[in-house]
Amino acid sequence: MSDLLLDISGLSAISLREGGNPILRDVSLSLKKGEVRGLVGESGAGKSTIAKALLGILPRTVKVTSGTMRFEGRDLLTMAPRDLSAIMGSDIALIPQDPQTALNPGRRIEAQLTDGLRLRRGMNARDAHARALQLLSEVHIRDPERVLKAYPHELSGGMRQRVMIAAAFSLEPKLVVADEPTTALDVTVQKQILRLIRGMQEAHGTAVIFVTHDLGVVAKICDSVTLLYGGKVIEAGPTADVLADPRHVYTKALIAAGPRYDRPDAGLEPVPQWVFDQLHQEIRTGAKEILHG
Amino acid sequence: MSGLVSEAPKEAAMQPAAEKPAAHRSLGRALLAEPKVVIAGGFVLLLVILALFAPYIAPKDPLEQDLMLGTLSPVGGSTYEPGYYLGTDDLGRDVLSRLIYGTRIALTVAFVAAGLAALIGTVLGLVAGWYGGWIDTVISRLVEIWMAFPPVLLSILLVAVFGSGVHSVIAAIVIIDWTRFCRVIRAETMAQARLDYVTAARTMGYPRLRILIREILPNVAPVLVALLSLEMGIAVIVEAILSFVGLSVSSDTPTWGGMIAQGRQIIYQGWWVLTFPLATLFATVLAFNLLGDGLRRALDPVLRR
Repeated sequence: MSDLLLDISGLSAISLREGGNPILRDVSLSLKKGEVRGLVGESGAGKSTIAKALLGILPRTVKVTSGTMRFEGRDLLTMAPRDLSAIMGSDIALIPQDPQTALNPGRRIEAQLTDGLRLRRGMNARDAHARALQLLSEVHIRDPERVLKAYPHELSGGMRQRVMIAAAFSLEPKLVVADEPTTALDVTVQKQILRLIRGMQEAHGTAVIFVTHDLGVVAKICDSVTLLYGGKVIEAGPTADVLADPRHVYTKALIAAGPRYDRPDAGLEPVPQWVFDQLHQEIRTGAKEILHG
Repeated sequence: MSGLVSEAPKEAAMQPAAEKPAAHRSLGRALLAEPKVVIAGGFVLLLVILALFAPYIAPKDPLEQDLMLGTLSPVGGSTYEPGYYLGTDDLGRDVLSRLIYGTRIALTVAFVAAGLAALIGTVLGLVAGWYGGWIDTVISRLVEIWMAFPPVLLSILLVAVFGSGVHSVIAAIVIIDWTRFCRVIRAETMAQARLDYVTAARTMGYPRLRILIREILPNVAPVLVALLSLEMGIAVIVEAILSFVGLSVSSDTPTWGGMIAQGRQIIYQGWWVLTFPLATLFATVLAFNLLGDGLRRALDPVLRR
C-alpha cells in the first residue's frame, strides 16, 4: 500500500442549488504513484467535480456529504486550510481546460511561470528564470527566451497549453489533475499535447488524473480508467481490460458509439435508450460498480 | 512508452512558424503609436507647462485692472490693443493671462481630486469585488445611498459647509465621485475573479490578497486609467461650475468658471471674454477623455498589437 498516492473512498456530494440533487454517489477511486488514470463520463457525470474537490476549488453550491479523500494518507477534505494550501500547487497541480483564460492576460509568461518557483521554492529571480527556460524547452517550445517575454495573447492555443503544462510540472508535483486539457484545442494540436503530457508524466514520475469525455484519449494515454455516469462509478479497471472486455452495457454501448475512421460510411451508433433506463435504475437501487481484475 | 519522448524534438521542429510570438512592442512605443495619446497627451502636457510656468509665460499680470483698457477686442478686432492678444474683460484685465493662470486651479483640482477619488474608490471596489460577503454588502449599499444624492447640489452643499477654497472643491469632488470608481472597479474585479487564471492562481495556493494585487489589479488597471482620465475631465467641469456660481476659490484668483460667469454678463459688449475660457474648458475636457480612451487601448496588452 505504500505506493498508493491518492485514495478516494465513498465520496458523495450534493448540489445546494438544485435542491440537494446528488452530484457524486459513493465514488471510490485510487491512484498509485506515477499512474495515469482517466476519469471518463458525459457532461454532468461528476468528473469535473472530483477534479475540483481534489484541487480545493469546489464551488460554494456543492457540498460534500460523506467520504474521504486521502492524499498520501492525509484526508484533503478535513485538512486545515494552511496545510491544504501548502499541498496545492506544490504537490497537486492543475492543467486547465482552456489555456486561453487560464493564463493571466495582463502579465508576461515569465512572471506567471516563475511565481510558483519564487514563492513556493524560494528561488531568486535568476534561478527562477533559468528554471523557466528549462521547463519551456522541456515542453518543446522553440525560442523560450522570447516566449518568456510574451503576453498570453501573443501565443497560439497550443503554445499556451504547453506553457500551462510547464507551469503544472514546474514544482515537481506528485499529482497533476488534467481537466480536459485538449478540448479547447485544434485536433491537430491535441495529439501533440497528449503525447507531451504523457512524456512529462513519465519523465517526472508524476501521477495524472486525466478528466475527459473521449474514450479515444483514454485508450492513448491512460493506464487505468474510471467510467462515471450520474455521479456514480459505472466501471473501473486497467484501460486495456475495460476497453477490450467491457462488462457494463453502458461501457459497451459507449465503445460502440465511437466513430470508426476506417469505415466512415458506417455512420454513428447512438447509445440506445434502454441502456440509460438501466443506468437510472441501477443508480436508484445503488448497485455496485464493476471492477476489473 | 519512452519512444514518445525521443520522438518529441522532431515534433517540435514541425511546429508551424505561426507559433512564434509576435514581435514585442514596448510600452513607450505602444503609447506613441496611439494618435489619441499623442494629441490629447500633448495638449494636457501643454496645459501642465502653462500652469507651472504661468508667471513667465503670461504676457500681463492677470489681476491688473485698467478701466481705460476695458473690453478690448482680441487680435484682428476693431479695438485691438497690441499686447492684449485675446482682448480684455470689462475691468481691463488681460484674457489670455487670466486663461493661463486659470490653468493652475483647473489642473490642481483635476489631478488631486481625481487621484484621491480613484484611490479611495479603487481600494473599496477591489475589496468589495474580491472578498464579497458582508464587506461587499456594506460597500455596495453605501455606494447606492451615496449615488442617490444629486451630485451638483451635493457639491454646492459640501462647499457651502466647508467654506470656499481649492481644498473644499477637491474634498467635494472626492466625496462625491469615489463611488464612480468603486462601482466600476468592483464589477471589473468580480468579472476577472471568475476567470480561470484566478482559479489557476488559487490552485497554486497563493494567498488571497496576493492574487488580488498581483493577478487581478493589473487586469483592472486599463479600466482604472481610462476612468481616472475621464474623472479629471469631470473634475475640471465641476470646478468650473463651482467657480461659476462663486463657490470655488476667492474671486481674485483667475479661474475658467469665474471668467465664464463674468463673460456671460457682458456677452453683448465682448463675446471673447466668455468664448475663450469656454473653448479652453471644452478642449481640456475633450483632451482628458481622448487621453483616457487612448491610454486604455495602449495599456491593454490584448488590444496592444
